[in-house]
Amino acid sequence: MSDNTGSNEPMESGDAVRKEQSPKRKVGTPAQGGRLLATDESEPAPQGAGAKLDEAAAKRAERVVAALFLLAALASVGFIAAYVWSGTQGPDGMHGIDDARASNYALGACMTVAMLAMAVGVTIWVRRLMTSKQIVQQRGELPSGEATRAEFEAAFMEGAEDSGITKRPLLRRTLLLAAAPLGLAPLVLLRDLGPLPEKRLRHTFWGEAVKQAKAQGKQGVRLVVDGTNRPLRVSDFATPGSMITVVPEGIDKSPHAMNEIAKAVTILINVPAEKFKPVKGRENWHVNGIVAYSKICTHVGCPAALYEQTTHHILCPCHQSTFDATDGAKVIFGPAARPLPQLPLSVDNEGYLIATGDFPEPVGPSFWERG
Amino acid sequence: MSTQSTPPKAVSGPLNFLDDRLGSTTFFRRNMKKVFPDHWSFMLGEIALYSFVILLLTGTFLTLWFQPSMHEVVYEGSYTKLRGVVMSEAYASTLHISFDVRGGLLMRQIHHWAAILFMCAIAAHMLRVFFTGAYRKPRELNWLIGIGLFTLGMVEGLFGYSLPDDLLSGTGLRITQGVAEAIPVVGTYIYMFLFGGEFPHGTHGEIIPRLFTLHVLLIPGVILALITAHMMIMWHQKHTQMPGPGRTNDNVVGYPFYPVFMAKTGAYFLFTFGVIALLATFAQINPIWMYGPYDPGAISAGSQPDWYMGVLEGSLRIMPNWETTAFGHTISWNVLIPALVPLGLVFGGAALWPFLEQWITGDKRHHHLVERPRNAPVRTGVGMAAITFYGLLWLAGANDVIAERFHVSLFATTWFFRFAIFIGPVLAFVVTKRICLGLQRKDAAVMHHGVEAGIIMMSPEGGFSEKHEPPTEEERAVILSKENKSPALRTADDNGIPAPGAKGPLGHLRGRLHRYWTFDDIPVEEHDHEEHAEVDEGARKELTH
Ligand code: HEM
Ligand code: FES
Repeated sequence: MSDNTGSNEPMESGDAVRKEQSPKRKVGTPAQGGRLLATDESEPAPQGAGAKLDEAAAKRAERVVAALFLLAALASVGFIAAYVWSGTQGPDGMHGIDDARASNYALGACMTVAMLAMAVGVTIWVRRLMTSKQIVQQRGELPSGEATRAEFEAAFMEGAEDSGITKRPLLRRTLLLAAAPLGLAPLVLLRDLGPLPEKRLRHTFWGEAVKQAKAQGKQGVRLVVDGTNRPLRVSDFATPGSMITVVPEGIDKSPHAMNEIAKAVTILINVPAEKFKPVKGRENWHVNGIVAYSKICTHVGCPAALYEQTTHHILCPCHQSTFDATDGAKVIFGPAARPLPQLPLSVDNEGYLIATGDFPEPVGPSFWERG
Repeated sequence: MSTQSTPPKAVSGPLNFLDDRLGSTTFFRRNMKKVFPDHWSFMLGEIALYSFVILLLTGTFLTLWFQPSMHEVVYEGSYTKLRGVVMSEAYASTLHISFDVRGGLLMRQIHHWAAILFMCAIAAHMLRVFFTGAYRKPRELNWLIGIGLFTLGMVEGLFGYSLPDDLLSGTGLRITQGVAEAIPVVGTYIYMFLFGGEFPHGTHGEIIPRLFTLHVLLIPGVILALITAHMMIMWHQKHTQMPGPGRTNDNVVGYPFYPVFMAKTGAYFLFTFGVIALLATFAQINPIWMYGPYDPGAISAGSQPDWYMGVLEGSLRIMPNWETTAFGHTISWNVLIPALVPLGLVFGGAALWPFLEQWITGDKRHHHLVERPRNAPVRTGVGMAAITFYGLLWLAGANDVIAERFHVSLFATTWFFRFAIFIGPVLAFVVTKRICLGLQRKDAAVMHHGVEAGIIMMSPEGGFSEKHEPPTEEERAVILSKENKSPALRTADDNGIPAPGAKGPLGHLRGRLHRYWTFDDIPVEEHDHEEHAEVDEGARKELTH
């Protein structure tokens, strides 16, 4: 690290010091007895006063600083003690939330006191005890100057000519040619970061599960409650206004269960039959007003998890896109541009709710190839 | 000043050892007394620096136990409420750090609080530099580095709070995925390549390990390199200083590095650490055990990201739902615009600003004495407009909280912000500029007939008047640091050759902007020419030379 030397040797500036210390103006009509009601003059620090510290005041300050340093030392010892103590709480060391909290208070408080006591101590030391004077340095010019630049340029060109790179374009060009693919190689190396998107984003586990179910001669796949995997009868879900999160039966056994769930989570809503307006062509996708929509918000993919019974609005808590459950989950407010995709529902022979197909369109956020 | 004593062996020994091999004493001697100007606002950058040091220390501690793995395990640790729950190793190990490692919770909370303070300090530091014009030549490079640091800090923080794999961090990743998908043409590829497949687990649970490597190695490495460059440039160029008596553009007035600044900055590190430790002790942050492990079907209402991501959140919230589909392709303006435009405007604008200002003012000189905000009303106005813009978007990121607190409808808050984001900055600019000009006028008045002393005098006739006192030396120096602006941009050099930038439509625009920059400037002048001619001279230097 270079620094411009020469002109900037520190020099003490009695001048600047005096100016710095020039008395501050007093504001306000002088009170009787000559004392001022208010002054903006704080107690002058001895800084810059050279060796002219008031020895009595300095002794006092020294004692305060020393006391603070001692306090810091005690706090650090306390920290170690608290650490050891933390280990004696549970049967095998620190245990659970209460111990963790207590330990956090003890350790944190000691640490805080240690740091702050030292910080305050050093600050008082600087303010009250250091006798350094204010100094002035000249800055000196930053730029190197024309002569230096010219010298450098000459040397640079001389080097370039000596190397032959200016005179031999073939060398120059083939060197560039050699470097270019080398620059691309790292990009190619990143290709295996992940699979290509292909059609992955176009279907969910519902489609696969329905296909399997149909292959077994069933009408569709059962909806099971997310978390408990309990299938749902229509009669279990008869109260208008209720909402529950469902996934296709068997999804937890699929190879990439977490990924499949992240696409296939669905909300099941019981909309009062008289309020319900089926979308054209989807008249038989609901069961007495029980409808199913993708839970993945079409904005940027948060779970659209809130349902307001009175207004039949589905609300995404992330950016408040609002969808109308009675009307094909069309967007009524917020940044989402598309309705939540709807899942075709039906009932099987035993009265369980089933899905008879996949969502008709990709779920979740829009993407370039979505169309 | 010089004391006769020589340093003890313990000091001179190593010094001489080094000097014999490196010649280092020349450097030490030269820099030991390097002058550091003093002002409270010069400490903001130091808070950022020390927060980063704390992040390095506590982050390293956390890596000793943290398992960056999405492999699923059944939790059997000491937090009873989650016993038996299936979760990723990342989440389980974060619980382990919190509840079973002594001091682990403290270190986690210090790490998180330090991250927040780090970003706050950078932001405050940047504002100080902007409003005082400290970014002007020759310090543009450090300004750019600073912007880079803030941006990297945002990414680093986002990746950091994604690591524990709790419900909140999973939601953040989900949004990241949705935003990635919105990128035209390559969006889905970026998504697949980032996650190693589909959200969230990819093929083998790639995302957490990848974020971990970026979070503990790559990005901190780059940040550290940038901070080092920042410090070296600062050291080399020397600090700017506030105007004051005896301070000029050619000198530095202050206290020596050794011992004063060294002690002060040491105390500053301790203060920063102490305050962060205090927060980490008493203010709980990111209690991941309360959110539970990530579950793609669940979300906790009212979940808020860390403050520095609030702008993006707010922009996403107030954007209307525009989307275009044509020729089988979809462009999600509703995601692209909020993700790119606001931050692009703020940071892109900030990066270009020093060069734009130079172009407008034609001022290519070195500036080491900072400018008072009032003396550059356009700059100050633009700065306040940017703060307003950023602040409104940030507030919009909490519109649900605002709606609940103040009992207004959520939709009303959204509509408010949709308009305010355009009107607010303009208003801020106009108001700020007027305030600046008012303050200039006041300075001119002070130079004219002194300061109102607060002393009421009664004349023999019984009338009251306030006594005016001449400004103190300090005040005079500060006020006269103003460089009165000349409205004419120099369009020709000394030989009468037109400057290349003065012609054509661009030259016209430049002339216009220059006029706008200067036309309402209020000259502040010395009225006692005999005595202070020298200062006056300095204050009225030609704008261009
Ligand atoms: C500018 C720098 C950094 C920022 C802004 C940052 C931010 C964060 C944040 C916000 C978290 C979440 C903490 C929580 O659980 O509440 C985090 C986690 C973590 N960070 Fe950092 N960090 C930084 C540097 C580092 C470094 C240098 C390391 C390691 C050498 C590190 C290691 C970790 C680890 C292991 C975790 C996960 C453990 C946990 O969450 O408890 N960080 N970081
Ligand atoms: S993700 Fe649902 S509104 Fe943004």
